[in-house]
Amino acid sequence: MSCVESRILSYLDGRLKEAEQREMEKHLGECSACSLRVKEFRAVGALLEELPQIAPSEGFDARVRARVAAEPVKQNWWAWLAPRPRVAFAALMLLAASLWVGWYSTERVNVANPGSEMPAVSSTDLPVLENYDVLANFEPLTELPQPVQAEAGTQPPQTM
Amino acid sequence: MARTDVQLMLDVKAGDDQSFALLLHRYRTPLVNFLYRMVRNREQAEDLAQEVFIRVYRAREDYVPSAKFTTWLFRIATNLALNSVRDNRHRSMEISLDAPVNADAEDGDERPMEVAEKRPNIEENLVEKERSKVIRHAINKLPEKQRAAVLLHKYQELDYKEIARILECSESALKSLLFRAYETLRVELAPLVAQQAKS
Repeated sequence: MSCVESRILSYLDGRLKEAEQREMEKHLGECSACSLRVKEFRAVGALLEELPQIAPSEGFDARVRARVAAEPVKQNWWAWLAPRPRVAFAALMLLAASLWVGWYSTERVNVANPGSEMPAVSSTDLPVLENYDVLANFEPLTELPQPVQAEAGTQPPQTM
Repeated sequence: MARTDVQLMLDVKAGDDQSFALLLHRYRTPLVNFLYRMVRNREQAEDLAQEVFIRVYRAREDYVPSAKFTTWLFRIATNLALNSVRDNRHRSMEISLDAPVNADAEDGDERPMEVAEKRPNIEENLVEKERSKVIRHAINKLPEKQRAAVLLHKYQELDYKEIARILECSESALKSLLFRAYETLRVELAPLVAQQAKS
């Protein structure tokens, strides 16, 4: 495709810049081959316009609408809650209650031991903690018989 | 003032199905005609046009007006048409390797959209029909990408930039494609072209 040939369609479509248009017209005035080509391309364009248009069949729109209606509705993640406000409210209340219980129990521990850090308690320590009162009471130990005094002569042998 | 295609599409994106109906009304005839001239079968053209609209509808939520709506619409249509033409070719090759294009069969398929104001007599009608058949046959003989380029250029009046984007090629490659297509048509339609050029 020569330089002028590449511009024939743009010329016929009126899409050349003003300077290019003038240049093309000057060339067409001098070159009978290009001038004939332009006429023939214009004729091809006119012939293509002769083809009649067809109309879509009567049921076309209805078929498209039916297919659109059959399309699954895209919903976002939370959308399933929208038609069930009671479920949504109950879920919200349950969440709020869980948060409050969690917060309240933490607060109670903090009040019982102000300023002290909670020691890490493992599950193996729990039975000890449950019997803490018994274990901390040393009073029954006083009722035990006094230990026997060691005799003077029975000193343990001195090691050499 | 009529809403632009982009405005309508953005309204569809926002959930307004009435705007989709307007787009359907605006583009059903150009799309069906483009597809009919590409695949040469009316029923198939309508099925493909439906598919184009469904794809537009399905893509509504991701729609971003980065290009002209028609570029997007005809890009979908062209891809579907090119795939369909290739599928048909493979299918027909299985039946016969050199099956001719049945131009006569297409005649009965075509119903003119507008009734002519003056009624031509039977002879004129036959001549006109014969001319249409020859022109259609010449278009059908073009390689599919050239055919798509000519149809978008001549009947949809899209600019070169848009057509190049639809066909996924550069603007200079498109001009070359169009030039070759018009050259082929000039040769194929030589008797009619000579007649037309004289008048």
